[in-house]
Amino acid sequence: MEKMSRVTTALGGSALTGRTMHCHLDAPANAISVCRDAAQVVVAGRSIFKIYAIEDEQFVEKLNLRVGRKPSLNLSCADVVWHQMDENLLATAATNGVVVTWNLGRPSRNKQDQLFTEHKRTVNKVCFHPTEAHVLLSGSQDGFMKCFDLRRKDSVSTFSGQSESVRDVQFSIRDYFTFASTFENGNVQLWDIRRPDRCERMFTAHNGPVFCCDWHPEDRGWLATGGRDKMVKVWDMTTHRAKEVHCVQTIASVARVKWRPECRHHLATCSMMVDHNIYVWDVRRPFVPAAMFEEHRDVTTGIAWRHPHDPSFLLSGSKDSTLCQHLFRDASQPVERANPEGLCYGLFGDLAFAAKESLVATESGRKPYAGDRRHPIFFKRKLDPAEPFVGLASSALSVFEIEPGSGSMSWFVDTAERYALAGRPLAELCDHNAKVARELGRNQVAQTWTMLRIIYCSPGLASATSLNHSVGKGSSCGLPLMNSFNLKDMAPGLGSETRLDRSKGDTRSDTVLLDSSATLITNEDNEETEGSDVPADYLLGDVEGEEDELYLLDPEHAHPEDPEYMLPQEAFPLRHEIVDTPPGPDHLQDKADSPHVSGSEADAASLAPVDSSFSLLSVSHALHDTRLPPDFFSALVCDMLRFYAEQGDVQMAVSVLIVLGERVRKDIDEQTQEHWYTSYIDLLQRFCLWNVSNQVVKLSTSRAISCLNQASTTLHVNCSHCKRPMSSRGWVCDRCHRCASMCAVCHHVVKGLFVWCQGCSHGGHLQHIMKWLEGSSHCPAGCGHLCEYS
Amino acid sequence: MRLATTANEAYTASLSVPELLGCKQCGGGRGQDEELGIRIPRPLGHGPSRFIPEKEILQVGGEDAQMHTLFADSFAALGRLDNITLVMVFHPQYLESFLKTQHYLLQMDGPLPLHYRHYIGIMAAARHQCSYLVNLHVNDFLHVGGDPKWLNGLENAPQKLQNLGELNKVLAHRPWLITKEHIEGLLKAEEHSWSLAELVHAVVLLTHYHSLASFTFGCGISPEIHCDGGHTFRPPSVSNYCICDITNGNHSVDEMQVNPAGNVSVSDAFFEVEALMEKMRQLQECRDEEEASQEEMASRFEIEKRESMFVFSSDDEEVTPARDVSRHFEDTSYGYKDFSRHGMHVPTFRVQDYCWEDHGYSLVNRLYPDVGQLIDEKFHIAYNLTYNTMAMHKDVDTSMLRRAIWNYIHCMFGIRYDDYDYGEINQLLDRSFKVYIKTVVCTPEKVTKRMYDSFWRQFKHSEKVHVNLLLIEARMQAELLYALRAITRYMT
Repeated sequence: MEKMSRVTTALGGSALTGRTMHCHLDAPANAISVCRDAAQVVVAGRSIFKIYAIEDEQFVEKLNLRVGRKPSLNLSCADVVWHQMDENLLATAATNGVVVTWNLGRPSRNKQDQLFTEHKRTVNKVCFHPTEAHVLLSGSQDGFMKCFDLRRKDSVSTFSGQSESVRDVQFSIRDYFTFASTFENGNVQLWDIRRPDRCERMFTAHNGPVFCCDWHPEDRGWLATGGRDKMVKVWDMTTHRAKEVHCVQTIASVARVKWRPECRHHLATCSMMVDHNIYVWDVRRPFVPAAMFEEHRDVTTGIAWRHPHDPSFLLSGSKDSTLCQHLFRDASQPVERANPEGLCYGLFGDLAFAAKESLVATESGRKPYAGDRRHPIFFKRKLDPAEPFVGLASSALSVFEIEPGSGSMSWFVDTAERYALAGRPLAELCDHNAKVARELGRNQVAQTWTMLRIIYCSPGLASATSLNHSVGKGSSCGLPLMNSFNLKDMAPGLGSETRLDRSKGDTRSDTVLLDSSATLITNEDNEETEGSDVPADYLLGDVEGEEDELYLLDPEHAHPEDPEYMLPQEAFPLRHEIVDTPPGPDHLQDKADSPHVSGSEADAASLAPVDSSFSLLSVSHALHDTRLPPDFFSALVCDMLRFYAEQGDVQMAVSVLIVLGERVRKDIDEQTQEHWYTSYIDLLQRFCLWNVSNQVVKLSTSRAISCLNQASTTLHVNCSHCKRPMSSRGWVCDRCHRCASMCAVCHHVVKGLFVWCQGCSHGGHLQHIMKWLEGSSHCPAGCGHLCEYS
Repeated sequence: MRLATTANEAYTASLSVPELLGCKQCGGGRGQDEELGIRIPRPLGHGPSRFIPEKEILQVGGEDAQMHTLFADSFAALGRLDNITLVMVFHPQYLESFLKTQHYLLQMDGPLPLHYRHYIGIMAAARHQCSYLVNLHVNDFLHVGGDPKWLNGLENAPQKLQNLGELNKVLAHRPWLITKEHIEGLLKAEEHSWSLAELVHAVVLLTHYHSLASFTFGCGISPEIHCDGGHTFRPPSVSNYCICDITNGNHSVDEMQVNPAGNVSVSDAFFEVEALMEKMRQLQECRDEEEASQEEMASRFEIEKRESMFVFSSDDEEVTPARDVSRHFEDTSYGYKDFSRHGMHVPTFRVQDYCWEDHGYSLVNRLYPDVGQLIDEKFHIAYNLTYNTMAMHKDVDTSMLRRAIWNYIHCMFGIRYDDYDYGEINQLLDRSFKVYIKTVVCTPEKVTKRMYDSFWRQFKHSEKVHVNLLLIEARMQAELLYALRAITRYMT
């Protein structure tokens, strides 16, 4: 109640004041109704029937109409209504089928006036005529509506809906003789009160029961209906056929609907189950409620606007035994919290993005993309001043076009098709994949594969050890194994790259570090904006691809700045830096050339610093061991996979994951793996690489992924005679009662595998056809086609 | 042709778990023929139902187009034409909806895996010792790849299913005791917890099979030929009946000789119908004149509720379950208990506060899409089904009678309609009918042919099947209402 506020509205002399407040009732409420003076409200339920006065600060109980020692079922109210002309007159609908009228003017304690026991089933709704003092209408579960004249003892006329139970009846506010009724079977009927023999008009409004309806207070032709199908529909009844003019989809079945006074397009709804909130909708904006009241803890059963000309006070009763007054200004407005943005890809890779104008303005100020390859086109929607949401509807649309060719993902397709993921020894797989990558000009990726082979395969392991050894001994020998193939492999890759200024390579690693991280960031930006990650990936892959090597070489150029001995705990920050250090090849090359490096080689020759840098990586034991176990690298490899995945090359991450299998799987949590797999499979499917995607699904070890293959394995076929889908069985058509697929060899129905020739479309049992075509090359059906079975 | 294969397959399946399906009595019979080398099963029964003479039941092949489609659909969906279908086809309109719903529940998209669905079906049917349904679903369960170990008893099933056991028990026998704590217990059981959607699916399956068990016993459905008790290997000359017919709980042997309505003269029975119709007419007329006071109306419900628990057949001897299905439920002693017999006070459930149309439907459809719609249709068809006939009379408005039956069943479960005069029940339903209803709904395993024959003696068998449809749908709705109300309470 912290957001309470006081509101005073002047309404032609009388003023309504109040605040958002609630009061506890003794029992759940089923319905509420307001007196015409807007100062009293009646609450009715199974075991409650009370009148409350609405005061500024609180509700005050004024009168308890449940009198008598023994509670009678006549008092178990399904609905209550207060006459809008006579403030002493009330009517209730009882669950046992009785309609009771109450006269507050009676001097005795018992205000019960008349009792109509004509309905056989529960009465769902009662309604007074808006202008006539004595006319009361009721609608019951038994399918009848009855019109009572309160001056008489029984009903004046009975209307039979000829369909199921009546859920709501409402007199038209404008047309004197008309009323609408809604039914459990989804129908809405319009009646003339003078003609009980048949309804004027009937139409099906909803799928399932129509729980409620409400006539528009001003627009005489409009009727709002709400149903179990979670819809609120607004019908225009002035036309020849009732026309649906608006439709609001809510999240639960609609129990009540009430037009908001003075607001032509607003209506309030509450639901029957699950959802406890009251919503106020603008029917022209059917997706987001204009306002939402969240006070109730159980379903809201009754809503009423406090005054027919005041749009700011809403009263509600609920199953949680509270009566609430809601102030419109206190309502939460989902619109404010929503961030209206839309994003869509075009057919050729163009990207359109629409957002609130204010949002875009600030964004563009913050992000200075001097778009070289970006052509944003700004559209501005012309605003119609008559439109209701001027403030919200102004939005900016930007379209990012893609430069022809830059978005080409052919490398992705090629890679996906040519990679070998299983079925061969690891070393071969790695070599093969490295070769594929190299042929596609993705040297970094190729590098990574080669690296993986070295790490994980025993011959590679040996060479890695020897390399390690050589580094450990000091790089003075100048020809470590790694170095050699780096030079060879990287040369073409480097030639095409435009990243680090070569001259900067000579400077100290600190500056290089800064520069490289700068490139990193720009690359990320590029990638974001262009949707093509080829160049970015190229660069970053390069950075990452050398990571292992870097790590090996790290001691070499780390030691000059470092103190002699490091504490093992500091290993982690340092290792983190490794990722950001400039690409190895640069250094290798530069340092190999530069005299500076050769100068420092003298230092590097001493064993002690090397030892300390190994301890930095908390693997000091490895130094004494001449072989590094592959496990030792797994953390790094995992980091690398994550890095690839983050850069958008999920293909690499998944491929490595599959190829390495058990070796790294345990180090990456299940969810991340699943995420990678799903992204990769999604990508593959977008490129129609069904076979590859299936292979990936099959090779994945994650349960959630491998079950993808198990879903939707049903293939529906159409009948070969009538071309209708055969829904129930695959081999006989419901419609033409013919067996669809006959075997051309044995002339029996094929219920299992059916194989057919694509040339002549004859076919049959797989076995039969195979056998037949062994002996003959003609179609078994005798059509003369030369079929082929491969 | 397919039927034969299915039967054979199922039969081998049943042999592969002999300890489960093995019928000791029949086992002896099998042994005798073993030396012949080939054992040819013979149908044991006398048509799909033990209660209804075979000639009354529609013969396959003699059906009209609509029924034929139904048979074809049923056959395609299940791979068999089971006896339930053959009996229900008395009411094709209902059968269609029934098959559609059952097919959706068991085979279409849903939150539960297929073998879980069949296992839940087995659990539910086993509560009523309905060996017919258990056998059918054991076969289906194995067919969809269920683990045969589970069939050795609930304690061999995953913890998740074991947790459902309690709900199954309460739902089958005392649904009014279901509280939101039951629901909470299932939904918050750490790694064995159910999701809301799964739970709703399970609840729908449980209630479906509880009431289907009622139908099976209520109409005396014969075992299928490929299931135990449905066939014999004895040559026909040895004996017509296998002993397990008796232990099935329906005492068919001694009652086969009793001619339906044989000991009552035709004129007596004729007057019964006349009297019933006269009462209906009177009720229709006097309703407007004499209006019972509110207190009386309230007490009538209480009286009917209280009386309903004393309505039990005199031959209420305890039939001990001889079947191995008893393994599926750990607590045999927990059966149907009446409201206040043991000093329990159960608050009356008011339909006006929580009803299927407004509340139950929305909840089910929200959590298990489309099923709410299917069940809703099924309820509607069952409730509104009428041919306007009563025994030999035509053009009778039977709505009053149908409503009395429906409300009587709900009354037994403590569900009250404010707008119903429970005095009508007493007028329209005589004692033998009440005994039958009560037994079918609450303790279906105790239904005997005598009970079936002794109510409404002049009515047609199709009308008695119609009554059974009302019974099972009303029961299903009652159970669903209690379970769904608990779920709603948990959610709010």
